[in-house]
Amino acid sequence: MSPRQKRLSLIAGLISAIVVALALVLNAFQSNLVFFFTPSQVANGEAPQGKSFRIGGLVVPGSLKREGDGIRMQFAVTDQAKTVQVHYQGILPDLFKEGAGVVAQGMMQTDGRFIAKEVLAKHDENYMPPEAAEALKKAGHPVGAPAQFQKAPTKP
Amino acid sequence: MTAELGHLALALAMLSGLCLAVFPSLGVWRRDTRLMAMASPVAYWQLLLVLIAFVCLIENFISHDFSNQLVANHSNRDLPFWYRVAASWGSHEGSMLLWILMLALWTAALAAFSGKLPQSMRARVLAVLGAVSIGFYLFALLTSNPFERVVPAPINGRDLNPLLQDPGMVFHPPLLYMGYVGFAVAFAFAIAGLIEGRFDSAWARWVRPWTNIAWGFLSLGICLGSFWAYYELGWGGWWFWDPVENASFMPWLTGTALIHSLAVTEKRGNFRSWTVLLAIMSFSLSLLGTFLVRSGVLTSVHAFATDPTRGVFILIFLCIVIGGSLSLYALRAHTVHSSQAYGLLSRESMLLANNIVMVVAMFAVLLGTLYPLALDSLDLGKISVGPPYFDAVFVPLMLPALFLMAIGPLSRWRDTPMLPLIDRMRWAFAASLLIALLLPFTASEDYKPMTALGLWLALWIAAAVLLNAAENMKSPSARMDASRLLLQPGSWWGMQLAHLGVASFVMGVSLVNSYEIEIEKKLAPGDVLKIDKDLSLRYAETLQRRGPNYEAIQVRFELLEGQRVVGELRPEKRRYNSSKMVMTEAGIRRSLLGDLYIALGEAHGDGWLTRVQRKPAVNWIWIGVLMMGLGGFWAAGDARYRRSPVTRFAAPGLHQASSKAEGQTG
Repeated sequence: MSPRQKRLSLIAGLISAIVVALALVLNAFQSNLVFFFTPSQVANGEAPQGKSFRIGGLVVPGSLKREGDGIRMQFAVTDQAKTVQVHYQGILPDLFKEGAGVVAQGMMQTDGRFIAKEVLAKHDENYMPPEAAEALKKAGHPVGAPAQFQKAPTKP
Repeated sequence: MTAELGHLALALAMLSGLCLAVFPSLGVWRRDTRLMAMASPVAYWQLLLVLIAFVCLIENFISHDFSNQLVANHSNRDLPFWYRVAASWGSHEGSMLLWILMLALWTAALAAFSGKLPQSMRARVLAVLGAVSIGFYLFALLTSNPFERVVPAPINGRDLNPLLQDPGMVFHPPLLYMGYVGFAVAFAFAIAGLIEGRFDSAWARWVRPWTNIAWGFLSLGICLGSFWAYYELGWGGWWFWDPVENASFMPWLTGTALIHSLAVTEKRGNFRSWTVLLAIMSFSLSLLGTFLVRSGVLTSVHAFATDPTRGVFILIFLCIVIGGSLSLYALRAHTVHSSQAYGLLSRESMLLANNIVMVVAMFAVLLGTLYPLALDSLDLGKISVGPPYFDAVFVPLMLPALFLMAIGPLSRWRDTPMLPLIDRMRWAFAASLLIALLLPFTASEDYKPMTALGLWLALWIAAAVLLNAAENMKSPSARMDASRLLLQPGSWWGMQLAHLGVASFVMGVSLVNSYEIEIEKKLAPGDVLKIDKDLSLRYAETLQRRGPNYEAIQVRFELLEGQRVVGELRPEKRRYNSSKMVMTEAGIRRSLLGDLYIALGEAHGDGWLTRVQRKPAVNWIWIGVLMMGLGGFWAAGDARYRRSPVTRFAAPGLHQASSKAEGQTG
């Protein structure tokens, strides 16, 4: 092959690989993007039916109720304005706590229950999942920044 | 005082970085050998000064100096010794200092082992590394000083996040950073080559061992990170497509492309522009990874306190590095021409296919990682892109690459006649296909076509490695002689080991994805849980245990085969004294065939909510990646990289001719 042909074949190879990848990516994107909704948005009916999405907020204190087997449970998630009932089957993360921030991913049922496939809590005591913080902020109840030891004052 | 000493050492180190960037370049420009010769001693001084700063920080942590803000926020009086050492890089500021230390290490190593390089090249490469280091010194000193004081000093620290209190924390970040920062060397060689207009096979031979070592470290770092996440997080997963994992995976992908493209540049003088671009890309992605992980735009254990100025600084730095190096490339592209012809079926075309797949895969990961961030920062809504997306994109991309991976090492440079190649490989093809189709029948579960496909590709790659070895064992008299393999160079061994590692990895992934079992159930003392037809698990007793800085409840499970006890597992629930954080410590029974994995959820009634998982062949995944990393080191140890250029090329005039001749034989 002449250098010109070689370059052409390289470009053709690259373009076809990129076209294939783009097709894959767009296809996967369409079916796998997960959107986030606040409890208020869910209560207003903005969230989709039959498609997986995330909700976030605070776990309402005292709302966690387990079935006899302990594995099936429900709890309420609030942004201080509206509340959504979340049903979940499985083991909760270590840092799941009533009154603390939480994000749940799952689907809205036709009867208005949210069935979560996945429950995410924070990684650190002083840390709020950003989606949960966002939900509270939107509903007008922002949370403060985590307490850290502050920098030394510049003037002693 | 130690903190101030460390701060001073860091500032002086920045000065030496400045000297390293300026004087050797000046020396090349004015053809002053004394100025060029300054590069090595300055590189050693820089390492010494950074080491002093780093030791000062570690001393602060070891001696519980809570007047250092970093120690106050990330350590505690009860923290065991080795975790205090590791805590020094368990924060944003400390990890930046680790970055700087690694860069100084690589720079000094380059100064020490580059005696054979032409003096101007050596001076330029070291100067580029010096220039890169300035960016990081400025970043550390201006926005993330690890020696900031708190007044008044607290009596005790806030403690290291319990998730990080693990031996993994001691080894994972240094290994990963060795890999990340190591790509700076390939980057520096690319920039120096662009300035000098030199990209011959000698240039490639200088870059290859450094790139292989960096890639090996990155592989080991990622491997350890994955292994750690598997046993520490209690979910039993080995890869989550978390943005932080993606941040380390992207430079690995382009780094993999780079080490393959460098082979073509060395042996055939081709793919030069490609190699330069991949070197620039790999280092830029390392910087991007640092930006993503450290600026707080991502949320995970790896992301520390959010400070927008830091993010902006790294973003500007990133723009300078990428923009500067690409403009230089555009200006000097005419010096990078390569024009060796090759056929459609040749080692070059196979390596090109590898490069295209790796780069396309990198862009797919980049899109999935950055798209949610872009939407968020433009206030267009919060979305997340999870594992389903990456699986859907990655699997179809990698299947053809894995198929070609077996053929590549068996094909010849320039052109490979098709029919003899098919003739050589038909037994490998038939045998791997047959075993892969039949093997899933031996498992008791349903037959899954995807399992057979994964097994076939793994066996196909392994069969090609064996075939390659067998062909190299054949003596001229057609007798098989295994000792002939010892004549093969280190790069051959490294490649075979790494490719075998890929086979092991694919095998592990296929088996664990197809046959893993997960049971979530409440178990109380005396309960017996059936796992499969032979094995069951009995809740034997609940124990209390006291660790150095935590209290733990441990459940002892007995593993039963029929009625016989064949082993025990001890998952724990820990509560850390200072942070009051609760942590799950999984109980794992490991074997090559597969793991049994138990994690405790919460106490419920008289027992525990328990997650029991069976993970067939999961360890093959990490063994595979380990083999890849070691393969990189082995290839870097090839004797030809150490041969002195004087014995190799008798006279400078022969240079071109001999490198061409080697291209024909290689």
